[in-house]
Amino acid sequence: MTRKSHRVLPGFGLSLGYSLVYLSLLVLIPLGALIARSAQLSLADFWAIATTERAFAAYKITFGCALIAAIVNGVFGLIVAWVLVRYDFPGKRLVDAFVDLPFALPTAVAGITLTTLYASTGWVGQFLEGVLGFKVAFTPAGIVVALIFIGIPFVVRTVQPVIEDIEQEVEEAAASLGATRGQTFFRVLLPALFPALLTGFTLAFSRAVGEYGSVIFIAGNMPMVSEITPLLIISKLEQYDLPGATVLAVVMLVISFVLLLAINLLQWWTANRHSGRHIENGVQA
Amino acid sequence: MHKTLKLAFAAAALIGAVSAAQAQQKEILNVSYDVARDVFKDYNPRFIAAYKAKTGEELVVKQSHGGSSKQVRAVADGLEADVVTMNQPTDVSFLAEKGLLAADWNKKFPNNASPYTSAMVFIVRKGNPKGFKDWSDLVKPGVTITLPHPKNTGNGRNTYLSAWGWAQRQPGGNEKTAAAFVGAFLKNVPAFAPGGRDATTNFIQRGQGDVLITFESEAELIAREFGRGNFDVVYPTQTLQTEFPVAVVDKVVDKRGTRKQAQAYLEYLWSKDGQENAAQNYLRPTDKDVLKKYAAQFPPIKTFTVEEVFGSWDKAFNAHFKDGGSFDQVYQVK
Repeated sequence: MTRKSHRVLPGFGLSLGYSLVYLSLLVLIPLGALIARSAQLSLADFWAIATTERAFAAYKITFGCALIAAIVNGVFGLIVAWVLVRYDFPGKRLVDAFVDLPFALPTAVAGITLTTLYASTGWVGQFLEGVLGFKVAFTPAGIVVALIFIGIPFVVRTVQPVIEDIEQEVEEAAASLGATRGQTFFRVLLPALFPALLTGFTLAFSRAVGEYGSVIFIAGNMPMVSEITPLLIISKLEQYDLPGATVLAVVMLVISFVLLLAINLLQWWTANRHSGRHIENGVQA
Repeated sequence: MHKTLKLAFAAAALIGAVSAAQAQQKEILNVSYDVARDVFKDYNPRFIAAYKAKTGEELVVKQSHGGSSKQVRAVADGLEADVVTMNQPTDVSFLAEKGLLAADWNKKFPNNASPYTSAMVFIVRKGNPKGFKDWSDLVKPGVTITLPHPKNTGNGRNTYLSAWGWAQRQPGGNEKTAAAFVGAFLKNVPAFAPGGRDATTNFIQRGQGDVLITFESEAELIAREFGRGNFDVVYPTQTLQTEFPVAVVDKVVDKRGTRKQAQAYLEYLWSKDGQENAAQNYLRPTDKDVLKKYAAQFPPIKTFTVEEVFGSWDKAFNAHFKDGGSFDQVYQVK
């Protein structure tokens, strides 16, 4: 018995071919061209451009701010998703719709609005600066704010359906077996949510790493301090330095790829552990 | 239902007729920088009318606006611009380097192929509370300057060269004193705006900074948009004259057969009518008579050009804004 006979729908060959062509045209060929362009430089030149002090500072700011924003979104996105699934309150549908706004809003609009709000004269900014002495706009903190804004729907939208699938009875069962609230959350709910949460986190993180439009307005863009790598790439382009720009792009691509791979491995590992426990439980039962 | 169908057919027929008529008209595309929208919105009808009166030919002029360097990159990548009208000579030189137009493009029209000019001026809070008079006042401790990115934006580059040139032209000034001056100047800049317009928004609407440095022509646009009561304009003792170079894109016009029209389009910028249009958009006309006519809006200023201080725009660009150039050396992390 071959595996083929198990498939319900026909057309595997066609759809695979289509997928490969589609992905090649949209993703692989442009990325290949990018790498080919940067390969025109000698290795020494490539290394020199990729490892300047300014480039290092930019990588640190880009990935650091993206990481902080993704963590914040992981925590608060989970809470938002939880509230939207588990509680009923007036205007819930409206709040649910708001979550998608950062997807649809042009990022430049988001950036300009956030800057106006968080500048020292803005509604939020004057309070933060006047009362707490904390500057947000035109500092790295501003970058994090913008990245949180654009990343939040990724977490909410990936976690939401999973929470919907966990029946409330599961919590009740845990409670009736004597679990505290904390135990119910950390031992029962979180393991089930974790893969989806990690996916949401990854999406938010990747989006934040590449974000340009909203960040540049609020960042301050000072070299070494609040300059993101995408701005440094634009800066190279403004200097008519296409090869230099591709070098930075390739570096970002490689770092992102390694990070995403690591997150995928983590996901695979947790999924395995999780299903392993299921079998154990099954044996015990 | 029938009625709508008929209407739709009628509309389709009309569109067909119009496009058939247009097919006989020559069309030229002017690829330009972002804030030139108003200038050419006013200029194109004037030119089209004059051209028709002279040759009887009906022309269509299309516009494309965007960030200056991005626009020329698009042209280099195949956007078929018959003419380019930019705000940085280096952008046109880039096209020459790519072989789209002749290397001596800036000799093909008078005044370095810049039909009008502007100058870098200070925009200060109403009543000039900090009493700014000259570039030297801007480096004092406690002053904050609102500025677009000097490496990435035309406005920022012009300001940078203006401050540098001013310092170098002071008694006893040289490259060393200029570098020190610009270093002190940049210390008073707390953030670089991503573009000229955003710097303006930071200054006017978000209240950032004591002084905004921008083109004289931009000052008028700020006044129109945000009201005249919000700020004052200060003319420093000396400042940079900024250029707005234009060029016919040889490769495109030869291919499309539009050289005659493209040439006429740019030449008309130097006509009295073209010069008046510039003046009405607060760009300083190069025509002496027109400048005199609009003297009320253009107070006399002492300017220097990039050629005078730096040799050429390409030299200035390589020395100051390329990686490892003077900006990277004098800019210090706070």
